[in-house]
Amino acid sequence: MVKNILIVGVGGQGTILASRILSQVALSTGQDVKVSEIHGMSQRGGSVVTQVRFGDKVYSPIIEPGTADMIMAFEKLEALRWLHWLKEDGQIIVNDQKMNPMPVVTGVAKYPDDVLEQIRSKCKNVLIFDALHAARDCGSDKAANVVLLGALSKYMNIDRETWITVITKLVPQKFLQVNLDAFAAGEALTEK
Amino acid sequence: MMSKVLLTGNEAVARGAYEAGVKVLSAYPGTPSTEIPENMAKYDEIYAEWAPNEKVAMEVAIGAAVGGVRSMVTMKHVGVNVAADPLFTSSYTGINGGLVIVSADDPGMHSSQDEQDNRYYARFAKIPMIEPADSQECLDFVKEAYEISEKFDTPVFMRMTTRVCHSQSLVEVHDRKEQELKPYVKDASKYVVMPAVARKRHAVVEQRLLELQKFSEETSLNRVEMNSKEVGIIVSGVLYQYVKEALPEASILKLGFSWPLPRKKIEAFAASVKDLYVVEELDPLIEQEVKSWGIAISGKEHFPRCGEVFTEMIRQEIAGDCLQCKEESAAVGRPPVLCPGCPHRGIFYVLSKLKVNVTGDIGCYSLGATPPLNAMDIIICMGASIGLAHGMEKARGKEFSKHTVAVIGDSTFMHSGITGIINAVYNQSNITVVIMDNRITAMTGHQDNPTTGFNAKGEPAPIVDIEGICRACGVKRVQVVDPADIEATMKAVKEELVAEEPSVIITRRPCILLDKKQMKPAFYINKEKCTGCGMCMKSGCPCIGKDENGKAEINDSTCVGCGLCMQLCPFGAIEKGE
Repeated sequence: MVKNILIVGVGGQGTILASRILSQVALSTGQDVKVSEIHGMSQRGGSVVTQVRFGDKVYSPIIEPGTADMIMAFEKLEALRWLHWLKEDGQIIVNDQKMNPMPVVTGVAKYPDDVLEQIRSKCKNVLIFDALHAARDCGSDKAANVVLLGALSKYMNIDRETWITVITKLVPQKFLQVNLDAFAAGEALTEK
Repeated sequence: MMSKVLLTGNEAVARGAYEAGVKVLSAYPGTPSTEIPENMAKYDEIYAEWAPNEKVAMEVAIGAAVGGVRSMVTMKHVGVNVAADPLFTSSYTGINGGLVIVSADDPGMHSSQDEQDNRYYARFAKIPMIEPADSQECLDFVKEAYEISEKFDTPVFMRMTTRVCHSQSLVEVHDRKEQELKPYVKDASKYVVMPAVARKRHAVVEQRLLELQKFSEETSLNRVEMNSKEVGIIVSGVLYQYVKEALPEASILKLGFSWPLPRKKIEAFAASVKDLYVVEELDPLIEQEVKSWGIAISGKEHFPRCGEVFTEMIRQEIAGDCLQCKEESAAVGRPPVLCPGCPHRGIFYVLSKLKVNVTGDIGCYSLGATPPLNAMDIIICMGASIGLAHGMEKARGKEFSKHTVAVIGDSTFMHSGITGIINAVYNQSNITVVIMDNRITAMTGHQDNPTTGFNAKGEPAPIVDIEGICRACGVKRVQVVDPADIEATMKAVKEELVAEEPSVIITRRPCILLDKKQMKPAFYINKEKCTGCGMCMKSGCPCIGKDENGKAEINDSTCVGCGLCMQLCPFGAIEKGE
């Protein structure tokens, strides 16, 4: 059994750190792990995606459409863009944040008003919350990625301790407490 | 030491080079190859440098190899075009210490101007090629490549693709094995490729290919995984992983040493399966060669010549099996943009406002071509902007030059812009060149270059002076301006456009991500003064949008307080944050 997790967002939102934490957590379960992301041009405020796969034996680093067990979306339009990657009974976690892509800024396209409704109508298991707001409450906007991970962790069968150990290892000491608080905030958001 | 770590293909190549005892690395950054040299530079045992371009990097690596050590040169696929001249001749001269050339190709063009298939280069330069399929193979194959290089006295071409470079998988790492410095022996009959020598060397190259072909049959890098006899697949690189995923029952001939092809092995494999396929991205190189031997094989009737091949395509085309998935949602695209606070935005705003013709170049600033700035008419390759503007002037006259600007970055100028300047001076052009100096090679992730004052190891280095170079080439009109000052930038551009001689404007300000001290609290809109005219949105800043009342609003989580929008607002409605 291979677990497929897609992390999607906008370049600069902190998806890379989130995927590093997730892949180290997956690694600590002793399974085979593959992670794929694209660097370069697409990172400049464009749509970004990281694919994390783990299981007994993983061949491809790339997830096929319709096979993601989970999608963690840092921005809601990006959630919509990658929705068809989710498998029928997959779980999607959406940060209720809106970032206008340039075609919207310049007025040639419209940011859809009903993104969340579309997501809810197309997926069975949807969790939506404002991770940026939750992170701000913990002391830093930048910890929104760890708020999302906190929520994600509730859908994965991996010890809390493992997550905390990895976060402690990867986050700079002076931001550690903020991130630990952010993780706990994310966990709590799954219970609302 | 023996432990398993999660590494990208690029990190694993760097580790493999380290373990193989590589002494010298020269490279020019280019996505998706950049992390190879960056990681090699971390090892004290390896001399690692940024060369100004791939041709120089290749020459340095050849020099080091002939000098008796194992050397490496890395670049993106189009970099090989720049390095092709020395590459082709090094095939004739052969090496002394091992030489491995890493080409990182970009099928799908995630970050490139073309998706050329560099497998041609191995054939064209008549050197062997290896293609790893995951990070472990990246490490192992590098070591193998040095053995092949030294055994057959040839440079070895290691072809990676974006998915191999940037995917992480588990790797077993080992200790470094130091290599003895080989003696330096003067041998003009090998290394001085005057015609009489080169004619003899060409024969050596042809003989070497025959021996490499034999090696290709024997090496364990080319292996058969026999399974069902119904379907047989020939495959190399990351596509092997996709085939394993999509067709668990199929028999596979995996080519790790992918040129010269192992003809006998392929013939035997073909004879052992009912239906034979080759799965390859871009051009049908293996397919054509195998077909030329009279073997029935299918390939490009199933897989595209453009873009990447994915697991689901293999599943559908060969197994006839289509995964169920939701219908794709219509979501407005999110193209990349210049970052909030990017110093390039100021000069592009000016060029956009003046409605001039702009010949462009390769870097973050290529994004100046996108709406709403639309401030770039053409992009060809590294360094091309200056020659393009000169050519346009020669085609359309000096008056055209008064409405035309060439833009090029600091690192790209070092790479191949200088010769363009020399040409413009020598051939009496009136062109205006804007060198957008953001003090770093930004697009590829902040690598140092000859103008930054640091070397690849992060140590202080001499600064090559851009103004000095321009003046030394004969440009009399050179001015430096801060692109964050719209008025001053506008003035400079207007002045130089009308000058009856070549001129250079250097727009100098560090990349916002390089010097974060430049980041200030977010600006905000004074809603009472804002008329909703939209002037502030003309610079293409991603932080500005409109609220429900049609007035401007600034995203306070992304704005870095650069103040450019404040200069554009005619109503003084944008104010500094605290």
